[in-house]
Amino acid sequence: MTSIPAEKVATDPSPARPRTAWRSSDAAKGLTLISPPVLFAIALLAIPIISTFTYSFWTQDYLVVDTTITFANYYQAWTEPIYRLLMTRSVVVSALVTVITVLLAYPMAYFVAFHVRERQALWLFLITIPFWTSYLLRVFTWKVILGFNGVLNSGLIWLGLIEEPLDFLLYNASAVIITLAHAWAAFAILPIYVSLRKIDRSLLEAATDLGDGPIRRFWRITLPLSMPGIIGAALIIFIPTVSDYVTPALVGGPDGLMIANMIQVQFGKANNWPLGSALAVSAMLIVTILSLTFVIGARRFARSAR
Amino acid sequence: MISSRNYGITAFAFIYLGFLYLPILFLPLFSFNDGVIVAFPIKGFSTRWYSTLMSIEALHDALWNSLRVAVSTSILATILGVFGARAFTRYRFPGRTALTSFVMVPLVLPEIIVAISLLIVLIKSGVGLSLVSVTLGHVLLCMPFAMAVLISSFEGLDQSLEEASFDLGESAAWTFWRVILPIVAPGIIASLLITFTISLDEFIVAFFLAGTDPTLPVYIWSQLRFAARLPSVLALGSIMLFASFILLWLAEMLRRKSQARSGRSGGII
Repeated sequence: MTSIPAEKVATDPSPARPRTAWRSSDAAKGLTLISPPVLFAIALLAIPIISTFTYSFWTQDYLVVDTTITFANYYQAWTEPIYRLLMTRSVVVSALVTVITVLLAYPMAYFVAFHVRERQALWLFLITIPFWTSYLLRVFTWKVILGFNGVLNSGLIWLGLIEEPLDFLLYNASAVIITLAHAWAAFAILPIYVSLRKIDRSLLEAATDLGDGPIRRFWRITLPLSMPGIIGAALIIFIPTVSDYVTPALVGGPDGLMIANMIQVQFGKANNWPLGSALAVSAMLIVTILSLTFVIGARRFARSAR
Repeated sequence: MISSRNYGITAFAFIYLGFLYLPILFLPLFSFNDGVIVAFPIKGFSTRWYSTLMSIEALHDALWNSLRVAVSTSILATILGVFGARAFTRYRFPGRTALTSFVMVPLVLPEIIVAISLLIVLIKSGVGLSLVSVTLGHVLLCMPFAMAVLISSFEGLDQSLEEASFDLGESAAWTFWRVILPIVAPGIIASLLITFTISLDEFIVAFFLAGTDPTLPVYIWSQLRFAARLPSVLALGSIMLFASFILLWLAEMLRRKSQARSGRSGGII
């Protein structure tokens, strides 16, 4: 998420005019200026989302859409084993990706924030470069690496370390996790780095002066104060990866497919848009509830540790 | 000030950085490999995969489609972003934070939700699928990024410059054109570059909305099924890698220049 910078209070350019009149004109100017992006977002975001929501309560039989309101799609989405399996897998895979990525990203961010003296900007630039290459190709490269006749297997055979190619590398949930943990790394490192940079160094010195060892100091000062970065990183990764389509489709195989692949099938081959909509709305709902629970929990931890 | 216990974390940082780069470096490595199978050992150096790219017409069409979409997207998203950023940084008005957050919502929405929602509306309203629908979807996704970059650029504006211009008799429109725009120009160019890059790379929305005119990522997706096409895809990927590196480097330089002008440190990251 992009944080919106702190408010800047506009200073009154003409104090001679009556205050209320100036205020209203300022408000009018502001609202006029912001209306183009807002209208655009209403037309292409609010209305489409509301349509999806409406669609999820309808039913479709081949090409005929029945607009009678019904919960049948939701019943199907929440009870049929295949949808439950895909939904659960999506959430579990995505949660694992989030935990792994944050755990790996934290020391990296810590290193850049506290141990790199001169060249922090260069390190950040180096970290971000791989993430501006095509997402599709970044994911696809892992298929090339982990494949049966792929780079890793052929490399290990060439080096004489294995005789036969390893077949458990690709086309399962682990391949999805590895690929996603790689694809989203920068999105975890950057917010954690920003929150670590903001920590007032005198607090750390104070903790040391008062007798805290490095571990206790980390647990009581650094970790709670960097919690906003961790929360941000976790949400930035969790929200999009739950419904990632490309990675499960390329490296997941049948056992690694996730909910987005099923949504795509409903809008494609299966041609059941209402069910697809219900799956999408359900996924959105689950993501929202889990994210809110996580944010509240993490904030509590940050408060109790201090 | 490197103490002994810093070695561990330093080593970790370098290994992790290696993990981030390793897969990316396989693209150029195997794109120059003289063999159809993407595996070790390397067969020899060849540029034939690059030369085959020149003869694939569907690829050229897809590239041309992508460029048109990306250019239109970057211009539209940046114009909308200028309106939003100017309103947010210069005026106080009711609903300022709420409206700005609303425009930022696509950042926290799963892309597939955006894609299917747009699909439903475009099909049911009879607009249909074309490169225009892809562009509209991309503008929606890019607008938050344009806003974020432009807000940080507009925030550095010294309002006294604007007042001076008014005092000297310039109209509001001319003041914006002659005073404000030149100062925020680097921010605007950075926004154009970033939104251009995002649009060029975007897959899901284009996949759902492209209809019969594929963009470059949609074309690449269709080629990933064919093993024989792999090396050419890797060559194409290497070119794209190089191109996005150049674009980002430009954007970064401009951002720094913009900050030097407005006299602030820090930035979007």
